[in-house]
Amino acid sequence: MLGKLTWAAVPLDHPIPLIAGCVAFGVVGGFVVYVVLKGWAPYLWREWITSVDHKRIGVMYIFLAMVMLLRGFSDAIMMRSQQALAFRAPGYLPPEHYDQIFSAHGTLMILFVAMPFMIGLINIVVPLQLGVRDVAFPTLNSVSFWLTATGALLINLSLVIGEFARTGWLPYPPLSELDYSPGVGVDYYLWSLQISGVGTLLTGVNFVTTILKIRAPGMTYMRMPIFCWTALASSLLIVAAFPILTATLAMLILDRYLGFHFFTNEAGGNAMMFMNLIWAWGHPEVYILVLPAFGVFSEVVSTLSGKPLFGYRSMVAATMAICVLAFMVWLHHFFTMGAGANVNAFFSITTMIIAVPTGVKVFNWLFTMYGGRIRYAPPMLWSIGFLVTFAIGGMTGVLLSVPPADFVLHNSLFLVAHFHNVIIGGVLFGAFAGYTFWFPKAFGFRLEEGLGKAAFWCWLLGFYLAFMPLYVLGFMGMTRRMQHYDIPEWHPWLLLAAAGVVVILAGIGLQIAQLVVSFRHREQLRDTTGDPWNGRSLEWSTSSPPPAFNFAVLPRIEEGDAYWETKQRAVRQHVLADEPAYADIELPRNSATGVVCAFFATFLGFALIWHIWWLAVVSFLGAFATFVAFAWRDRTEYRVSADEVARIDRENRSARRAALAQLGAAE
Amino acid sequence: MPQRGFPVVESLNSRPCFRGRALIALRCGGLLALLVLTGCEPGIFPSQGVVGKGNTTIMIDSLAIMLAIVVPTIVATFAVAWWFRSSNSSARYRPDFIYSGQIEMVTWSIPLMTIMLLGGVAWRGSHDLDPARPLVSDEALLKVQAVSLDWKWLFIYPDHNIATVNRLVIPAGVPIHFTLTSASVMNAFFVPKLGSMIYTMNRMETQLHLNADQPGTFLGMSSHFSGDGFADMQFNVQALPKDGFSAWIDETRKGAAATLTSQTYQDLAKQSMKVAPFAYSAVEPDLFHKVVMQTLPPGPGPVVETSPGASKRGGK
Repeated sequence: MLGKLTWAAVPLDHPIPLIAGCVAFGVVGGFVVYVVLKGWAPYLWREWITSVDHKRIGVMYIFLAMVMLLRGFSDAIMMRSQQALAFRAPGYLPPEHYDQIFSAHGTLMILFVAMPFMIGLINIVVPLQLGVRDVAFPTLNSVSFWLTATGALLINLSLVIGEFARTGWLPYPPLSELDYSPGVGVDYYLWSLQISGVGTLLTGVNFVTTILKIRAPGMTYMRMPIFCWTALASSLLIVAAFPILTATLAMLILDRYLGFHFFTNEAGGNAMMFMNLIWAWGHPEVYILVLPAFGVFSEVVSTLSGKPLFGYRSMVAATMAICVLAFMVWLHHFFTMGAGANVNAFFSITTMIIAVPTGVKVFNWLFTMYGGRIRYAPPMLWSIGFLVTFAIGGMTGVLLSVPPADFVLHNSLFLVAHFHNVIIGGVLFGAFAGYTFWFPKAFGFRLEEGLGKAAFWCWLLGFYLAFMPLYVLGFMGMTRRMQHYDIPEWHPWLLLAAAGVVVILAGIGLQIAQLVVSFRHREQLRDTTGDPWNGRSLEWSTSSPPPAFNFAVLPRIEEGDAYWETKQRAVRQHVLADEPAYADIELPRNSATGVVCAFFATFLGFALIWHIWWLAVVSFLGAFATFVAFAWRDRTEYRVSADEVARIDRENRSARRAALAQLGAAE
Repeated sequence: MPQRGFPVVESLNSRPCFRGRALIALRCGGLLALLVLTGCEPGIFPSQGVVGKGNTTIMIDSLAIMLAIVVPTIVATFAVAWWFRSSNSSARYRPDFIYSGQIEMVTWSIPLMTIMLLGGVAWRGSHDLDPARPLVSDEALLKVQAVSLDWKWLFIYPDHNIATVNRLVIPAGVPIHFTLTSASVMNAFFVPKLGSMIYTMNRMETQLHLNADQPGTFLGMSSHFSGDGFADMQFNVQALPKDGFSAWIDETRKGAAATLTSQTYQDLAKQSMKVAPFAYSAVEPDLFHKVVMQTLPPGPGPVVETSPGASKRGGK
């Protein structure tokens, strides 16, 4: 009846994950009860859970990313403290638990923090920047989000029911095969990623379609804000790369569930195929993450320097070059497999070539700042922190692409330091820059700056403190994923790294404080004009938060930096452009398809992990029936009347007129 | 525990490094020993051997080439960011400075030329230091066959018909040709001091050539995660003078009671952690190839089902 699920699956003998899991689910459960008691549940259901508005979905993506960041960071704290304690000692985490922690840390941070954070920003910003009302497939967008949430839920469920993979964030066979990992850990990994991977792929399809087919009149490709270009590149990579992941994991699933031999030790299986395939997805994946971050930095640096982006065409070319080259470098993840000198040299050089467009980007950001008037608001601090940190991370990356250097640094803590250097310094700083930059747009009030700056400095300092020692440890021969060690030289550096984690923790604490303080002072921090940064692209032309339809009338675009020139004209003439003719607007109706589908997908994943076949069949049919019901519905849109549109837009216009008058008075 | 009852060359509490440090302590006296905490040498610097030195030389050269670009870039970032702060009234505001063909030329050329230079270094290095490339030497090379097991290392000396577990003894100044495989999951063989690591994989043979210039004791390890016992897959690499090495061979042949046969191998292949180093006085011929070809079955994986929801195995 319950497959392999028994009471033994609850790790009663492992108090740490059990308590952590109970606390986490207690907090979530308590929150749900609180919401219901307060009578907020109908509001949440109507306005958020079933919303197909790209801005709401974006906010939910980022909320998910931040919650998962806390989970992934607790894993980081445990790893650093374990390694600080485990010098000639067992530490407090036995190997079978420690191995789950670093596996979960990597999986969560890449797939359930960095990915949803970037996709969330893309969701909020891209349709606004393109000057349109929504994405191409709004309901599909909601399905994507909820499937991602399902993946995150399943991984966290493994804390209290069963175990997570003990194989590392990429489950290399034969270790991940049934012979060496008989537990459900790898199955949790596989099904979480398969389900959330469907969501990610659909997001990619959605945004490729949106950017290629749905733009405001006059928004030609070369007038698109650079963030849209990076979102396009990232979505193209998703569409091309995620099917590889799905197929690779499907092969491992066939091995584990049906006795196939794709990657097994015996019967002709070949683990090297898995490594090639997983990195054929895995390397583009890092560009899926970092390209939108590059887009964020481009927007922030340009806006807060008060200048258009320097070398826009070069930036577009560099972005698309990285997009293509991303698929030609995967083998550098295993130079040490012994593929031969020519193969290694080829992939070494293709890897280095990626440094060229990336270097161009760095120089162009530099020249964007040159001749600007730089305002040191938190988004700009994150961007400059990124420029410096990423230069170092990029350099160590190119160093690792030199095969003889990789032969002594591969899999060492040097490698760990390198990819944290680019993923924290690049992706996460980009996420935070975007979060502080677009927060006022999404919520209508600014984030408190003092706490934001303090959080930045803690993160920056904490990052260097936590990861520079890891570079040193790499030179000292320490390899990654060690549960304990006996080498006295390593110990002080690991203590230093643990101290760095404490500083980062302070940074995270300050970010939470910033959110709370800003929310409590939201009236003082209100963004009345919708243009808090003196922005250049179309998202700043509408109110904050934007109305459901984004733009009362679709803007007509005549040049790059679409909003800037309109604004300058208004400032010169001390008057807004004439009121447009308002018309009725049709918007997609809310749909429970996403959340219902994810509800069934959660049970489907759980049933497959625990071999509860009847439940798998039932929930699969449920998910399918949801789609059918969605396809059969006849009322898909609702109408906002021209009067209502006019009323909302006039409010925005009067706020802008007031701002303009203030500007005139100041002059 | 297959090794129980065998004469163990080093006792359990002498984990890698302990012996080396004890020796130094004896030589240098107690006070100095407190300062010299290096027992076996774990790091890649100062490197030894043709390969180790080659790797680190290329690493430092590449780093120097890149630092020549990266350091000025970082300095320029700080300088530009600071000078053009909005409160600096003497900085000239140039909102129309958004394109310059000449600057674009430079921004594309600098990384391109750096990469061309570095690409040359990488191409040469990749060929010169290919792990499968034999070392040029007047000395006859020593063959060592390495097998990674759950979770220990087996080193077979086919020329001398002996084998060791979790301890590698090599003659200094002699090129060593390693042929490597795995009996179970993937691992990587790595002696940081001597350079290049290489994966060990089931049903695969990988090749690696290394040498040590000077006698010494170095840290060896698995540098690819392989499961719960991974952290203990470290071993000492002892580079002995040539006569010392011959003496060690003789001593092992006479001293070690156990022999490595298909039967004892299968006991050894079972999962075990923290295995103290020991030796085999004789080895069944061609055992390594039986492991590679899986004539001898691969390591069996966990026997005790400790994992929640562990599937029943068998029937294979």
